[in-house]
Amino acid sequence: MIDVKNLYKSFGDHLVLDNISEHIFPGEKVVIIGPSGSGKSTFLRCLNLLETPTGGSITFQGTEITDPKVKIDQIRQQMGMVFQHFNLFPNMTIQKNITLAPVRTGLMKQEEADQTAKALLHRVGLEDKAEAYPNQLSGGQKQRIAIVRALAMKPKVMLFDEPTSALDPEMVGEVLDVMKELAREGMTMAVVTHEMGFAREVGSRVLFMDGGHIIEQNEPAEFFTHPKSERLKSFLEKVL
Amino acid sequence: MFQSFENWRDLIGPRLYRAFIEGDRWKLYLQGLGTTLELTVIALIFGVLLGLIVAVVRSAHDQQRIGRRNPVLSILNVLCQIYTTVIRGTPMLVQLFIWTFVIFPSQRNKVLVAFIGLGVNSGAYVAEIIRGGLMSVDAGQSEAGRSLGLNYFDTMRFIIIPQAFKAILPSLGNEFITLFKDTSLAQAIGGAEMLYYASTIGGRTFDYMPPLLGIAAMYLAVVIVFTWLQGKLERRLRESDRR
Repeated sequence: MIDVKNLYKSFGDHLVLDNISEHIFPGEKVVIIGPSGSGKSTFLRCLNLLETPTGGSITFQGTEITDPKVKIDQIRQQMGMVFQHFNLFPNMTIQKNITLAPVRTGLMKQEEADQTAKALLHRVGLEDKAEAYPNQLSGGQKQRIAIVRALAMKPKVMLFDEPTSALDPEMVGEVLDVMKELAREGMTMAVVTHEMGFAREVGSRVLFMDGGHIIEQNEPAEFFTHPKSERLKSFLEKVL
Repeated sequence: MFQSFENWRDLIGPRLYRAFIEGDRWKLYLQGLGTTLELTVIALIFGVLLGLIVAVVRSAHDQQRIGRRNPVLSILNVLCQIYTTVIRGTPMLVQLFIWTFVIFPSQRNKVLVAFIGLGVNSGAYVAEIIRGGLMSVDAGQSEAGRSLGLNYFDTMRFIIIPQAFKAILPSLGNEFITLFKDTSLAQAIGGAEMLYYASTIGGRTFDYMPPLLGIAAMYLAVVIVFTWLQGKLERRLRESDRR
């Protein structure tokens, strides 16, 4: 589904991603963990070209999206993204936050988008917030709305960039629940997170990144119980 | 004490009479004020439109993906940079003289020339104000818009510009005040605004003090009223933040 070949990314002289090749298959839930500055967020942000790779190629459903001629807006319509800081639009209601993109990109008529928004809000238990503004909501509610906003575009894959890192501890659960449900429905997901419990429970594959490399990867049970590299062992000792 | 007041009144009274009342001269001041306000508003609208275009071109250029540089946009960006550099780096009065004596030497309507000169000048400052406002919006907002598949202009129009507006408004108010006072420079090219009438009347009555102090008070009054309105509007916008 997403094929990454020899991906390099540097900011000035600082090499953040060093020759990464990886493949994400349809229906997979790939969880990416690693210390801060390991390049995991940059890797995720390269997948929908929020960061422009310095070298290498990324292919999404047969289209090489790193080709400068590709219409990136059309590709991004099929890739939902959820951010650490939610990034809801504070100048519009929740309803408008959700319907803006589907209507403006021509995916839906306003009426259909309103219906979709209503159904999605119902699903995450926030249907009474449709007319509220983002700063009237708690962090957990905002992040659930952000997920719904991405889902309204009916994406083929969802990218999560530390979706629970900016939340109060007691709100982490409600967001993870929404993500788990999404995973059960078969959505293809790539998740950068520090939630080891989530990685273990939901992930179909866990990647460990450090220093711009993918050091180790495995299915979760094996990954957490029998880490092979010393780096991963010492990382897991600290976080578990 | 009383005696001296009467002396003062006898001294000043006729001067005020000559400066403001004789021959319905007060009408000329109002006419001048009208032109001054007209100059300010039209030059500001012109400046905002010009500034918005320049600001959007410059920030669109800065946000291009590496390897996808649009050559047209690069040329436009260079033009915009030259424009803001030249206009902000030369005195307004020199610019007005160039418009009048070099570019439009045969144009008799000096107020029209002043519209253009002031508008073009203001545009360069407004462009920087708007660009600053656009940059003040959190980068995550633009990322969120683009990650949903919205194109650059929809992201600007629905997400960035409405949020930048609040940051822009105070500086734009200051620009209005600056421009309002700078319209007095139009007098030097023969634009019939407030200072033009005041100095004409001063010349005719051989007494400059009353007309000049008079228009100074009029400028001040307009600025005070405008500052008050601006403060009110900003408070309203802040309240809507706490919604």
